[in-house]
Amino acid sequence: MSGASAIGAAVRAGERSARAVTEEALAAVEVGDADVHAFLLTLPDEALAHADAIDASVAQGRDPGPLAGVPVALKDNLCTRGIPTTCGSRILEGWRPPYDATVVEKLRSAGAIALGKTNMDEFAMGSSTENSAFGPTRNPHRGDRVPGGSSGGSAASVAAGFTPLGLGSDTGGSIRQPAALCGVVGMKPTYGRVSRYGLVAFASSLDQIGPFAGRVEDAALLFDAIAGPDPRDSTSLPGAGPPTAPSVGRGVEGVRVGLCPDLIDGCARDVAARVYEAAEALAAAGAKVDEVRVPEFAYGLSAYYLIAPAEASSNLARYDGVRYGLRIDADDAAAMNTATRTAGFGAEVKRRIMLGTYALSAGYYDAYYAQAQRVRTMVMQAFERAYASVDVLLGATAPTTAFALGAKVDDPMAMYMNDVCTIPSNLSGHPSVSVPFGVGDDGLPVGVQVLAPALQEALLFQVAGAVEAAAPA
Amino acid sequence: MSADVAADVGSDVGSDAEWEMVIGLEVHCELATSTKLFCGCRNAFGDEPNTNVCPVCLGLPGSLPVLNAQAVELAMRIGTALHSEIRPSTFARKNYFYPDQAKDYQISQYDQPLNLGGWLELPDGFRVGVTRAHMEEDTGKLTHVGGSGRINAAHHALVDYNRSGVPLVEIVSEPDMRSSSQARAYASELRGILMATGASDGRMEEGSMRVDANVSVRPAGTTAFGTRCEIKNLNSLRSLGRAIEHEAARQIALIQSGEKVKQETLHWDEAAGRTSALRSKEEANDYRYFPEPDLVPLAPDAAWRARVGASLGPMPADRRAKLVASLGASASGAEHDQIRAVVDLGLDALVMAAIEAGAPAALAVARASNEVAAESEAGLALTPESFAALVSMEGKGTLSATQSKAVLSALLAAGGGDPAAVAKEMGFEALGTDALVAAVAEVVAAHPQEWARLVDGDEKLQGFFVKAVMDATDHKANGKEVAAELRRRRG
Repeated sequence: MSGASAIGAAVRAGERSARAVTEEALAAVEVGDADVHAFLLTLPDEALAHADAIDASVAQGRDPGPLAGVPVALKDNLCTRGIPTTCGSRILEGWRPPYDATVVEKLRSAGAIALGKTNMDEFAMGSSTENSAFGPTRNPHRGDRVPGGSSGGSAASVAAGFTPLGLGSDTGGSIRQPAALCGVVGMKPTYGRVSRYGLVAFASSLDQIGPFAGRVEDAALLFDAIAGPDPRDSTSLPGAGPPTAPSVGRGVEGVRVGLCPDLIDGCARDVAARVYEAAEALAAAGAKVDEVRVPEFAYGLSAYYLIAPAEASSNLARYDGVRYGLRIDADDAAAMNTATRTAGFGAEVKRRIMLGTYALSAGYYDAYYAQAQRVRTMVMQAFERAYASVDVLLGATAPTTAFALGAKVDDPMAMYMNDVCTIPSNLSGHPSVSVPFGVGDDGLPVGVQVLAPALQEALLFQVAGAVEAAAPA
Repeated sequence: MSADVAADVGSDVGSDAEWEMVIGLEVHCELATSTKLFCGCRNAFGDEPNTNVCPVCLGLPGSLPVLNAQAVELAMRIGTALHSEIRPSTFARKNYFYPDQAKDYQISQYDQPLNLGGWLELPDGFRVGVTRAHMEEDTGKLTHVGGSGRINAAHHALVDYNRSGVPLVEIVSEPDMRSSSQARAYASELRGILMATGASDGRMEEGSMRVDANVSVRPAGTTAFGTRCEIKNLNSLRSLGRAIEHEAARQIALIQSGEKVKQETLHWDEAAGRTSALRSKEEANDYRYFPEPDLVPLAPDAAWRARVGASLGPMPADRRAKLVASLGASASGAEHDQIRAVVDLGLDALVMAAIEAGAPAALAVARASNEVAAESEAGLALTPESFAALVSMEGKGTLSATQSKAVLSALLAAGGGDPAAVAKEMGFEALGTDALVAAVAEVVAAHPQEWARLVDGDEKLQGFFVKAVMDATDHKANGKEVAAELRRRRG
C-alpha cells in the first residue's frame, strides 16, 4: 500500500475511491494478520461506511481533509465510541466507551479511516507486546521476533503494509522503540501538543499520543492532523503550532546536531554503528555535528520506573469491578475488588501497581517518588544545557534490533532496559522520533532517534527527513 | 489537620477534676455552582439517580478533569470572608478504594490549599482560627439495600454518582473551641458566612454543609492536648451539640475509670444519642497523596483576587451590626437574639428596607424574627414595601398587635399584598374617635358598679374595662386609645 500523502491526494482528487483503499487494507489484514496479530479487532462496517461518506463528499466537490481515505490503525487504549477498547487487558472485557478520544475525532475530521484496534502490552506496560492478554504480536520482518512495544500492534500494522498510518502512545518509548524494531517511523510529540482526552491513562504526566508511518512526511501529516489544544485536557498546550509536514525535505544545512554518546554507549555494536553512520550522513548533508555528553540520562530509567508505576497505581485503581469491565463476585465489595483485580490484571501490571503503591507509601514517598521527581528535574535541566549548544540530539532508539519472542518475558529488568534511550524525552516532555536507518547484523531494522526541544516538532521532522533521505536503501 | 498531640492525661486525674473540652471542626461545604467541579454535569440535589453523570464524573477510562472556574471563584469568596491568604495552589490525589469513589481516588488539595489561615469571629467576639479552606470533589452516594438496610447486613448497595464530582470546600478550624455551644456558634456563624458569600445554600439537611468534630478533653488549666476522636457527618446544629457533649462525657468517664481514650473515627447515632466507632485511626488508610498530574497548578492572579474581594457583600456580623445600630442606643439581649435570627434567615434586607421606609425598627425586627421567621420561605417573597406598610400601621396604632399579626399571616400565606387592603378585608379598620368614645360610654354604662370602683382608685379595674371595650369592638379599637379615653373620662 502506498503512503498516506499519496493516498490522501488521490482520494481528494477523485482518482481513487476511499472505499477501494479501505477494502484493500481490510483484505491485507484478512490475509496477513493471522501471522502478525497486529489487530485485536477490525472495523469493516464502520470503516467502509466512513469511506463511502468520504467518497460522497469528494463527489459533491467538498474536501474531506488531508488524510482523505487513509486507513489508520488505532492502539487499543484509544477510546472509540461503542467499540470495545481493551488496553490489552481482561479487566476491560466487554467495556465499550460511550465516547471517542479527541484524536479519534480529529482523525475523522481529517478524513482518515479508523480500520481497527491494535494489540498492545497490557495498559501500555511492556516493550514487546507480549504482555497483551490476547497473545503477542509478531514482528512482520521475522515471525520469531517481537515487534517491540507497547504499541507493537500499530507499529506492526504499518510495517506489514496493512495500514499506511498508525497511532500509538508513548510513556517511556512505546512508540519509538517498536518503530525502531519494526523499521518504521514513530514519533512522540511534546507533552501537551496532542490531547490525551480518551487515551486510557498509564502514567498521566508522561503519556503522549503520536504517529506511526512508513515515511517521515506521512508521520508529520498525521501529527499535524491530531495536534492542537483541547479544552477537555487541562495539560494540553494553548495555540496550534504551524504545520510540520512542509519542513520535511528542507535538509539540514547549518543545523547543529549533538551526537549523544549517552544515548549510544549502552547499545549493541551494530546499532551504535548505524547511529554513527547517520551522524556522518547528516554532516555530509551540511549539518554541524558535535558530540554532546548528557550523563544525567543514565538516571532517567530509575526515575521513570518510580514515577510511571506511582501514577499507574493510582490510574488503574478504578478497575475495581464496580462500574464496568470484569467483575468477579465475592462476599463484600472489598473482596470483589480483590478478586476482580487478581483475575483481571496480568503479572506485569500487578508488578507495577505494587511498585508504584510502595513508592507512594507513607515513609517511602520522599526516598522514592519525591527523589524520582528531583531526578526528573535534573534531566530537564540537563536537556536545557545541551540545547544551549545544539539544535537537536541524535542517538539510538533501542539498544538492540528486535529480540526473540519469549527472550525477556521472565526478566523484567532486561525488558525495562529497552527504554533506556527513549525515557529521557518522556521525563522532559520533549518531542523525539525514531527513523529507520539500515539494518543490524541479523538483517533486522535499526532505528535512529532524533530529539528536539519542546514544541520544535517542525525541526524534529526536518532532521528526521534528512536521516531518512540518507538511510541505506 | 490540626496539630493535636496525643498526651496521656489518664492516670493522675481525680474524679473531682474540672474538665475542659478541646474542639476543632472540619466543615464540608458543597458549592452552589451550576455544574460539577471537573465536568459540565449539573450540580443538583434530588434528581433521579445517575442522571447527572458523564465519562469524567464516572471516572471512565480516558476521561480527564477540567477545573470549574465558578467553583474556584466561590472558594476564593469563602477564603476572603474567612480572612485567609489566597495562595497559588495545586491539586493532589487521595487514593483509597470505595465503591462511591468513581476513580478510587479523590482529587483534593493537599499540601498547597487555595485558602491558608484566617479566622472566624463568633457573635460574642471570640475568634476561632481557620487552618485552611481547600477545594475537593465530593463522592457518589451509597444506598444499602436488603437485610436491615444497615451497612453490614445489606444484600447489596446501589451507587448514585450524581453527587460524584460536586465541588466542595473543606474548612478546617484550629482546635480553639472549648464548649459545645461555642462549636454550635461557630458552625452557625460559618453557615451564615457561606450563605452570604453565595458559596452555599446552607441546607444542612440536604448535605450542603456537613460537619466533622474533633473532640478531646483535658483537665482544666492544662495545655497539652488529650487524644482526640473525630465524629463524622453531623448534619444539624443540634446533632453537633449533642454529639460533642456525649463524646466529651464518654472520654471523661473513660479517663476517670483509668482507661485511655483511643484515637478513632466515630459515627453519631442521633436516635440513640450516642457515638460508635467507625474505624480505628491507627489502621486508617495510607492515602498515598501525590500531585494530580491531570491538572495544572491553580494560581489566581492579583486582579482576580481583587475582583472577588470587591464583589463580596457584607457578612452576617456586619449585617447584625447595622440592625443593632438602627435600633438605637441600647438594644436589649432579646433584641440581639432577634437580630441574629433575622440575619441567619436572610431577612435583614427586608427589615432594613422597612426601617428605611419609615417602619419602627424594633417592631420590624420583632415581627421579622417571629412571625416572618416562622414562614421563612414565604418571608423571603414578601416585598419590603408591604412589610414596611404593615409595621408602620402597627406602629401608628392603626392596627393592634393582634390585628397586625393576623394581617402578616395573611400576607405570608398569599405571598404578599397590600396590608391596608388585607386589614380592611379582615374588618380591622381602626375605630374612629367618635365610635371609640361611644363604645367606651356604652361599656361604662353597662358596668356602673365597676366604674364607680375604678373612679375610686381601684386600678385593677382599668384592665377589665379595656378588655371589655376591645371585646365590644371586635378588637378593632386600639388598646392604648381605649385606655386614654378611660383615663379622660375618670377625670
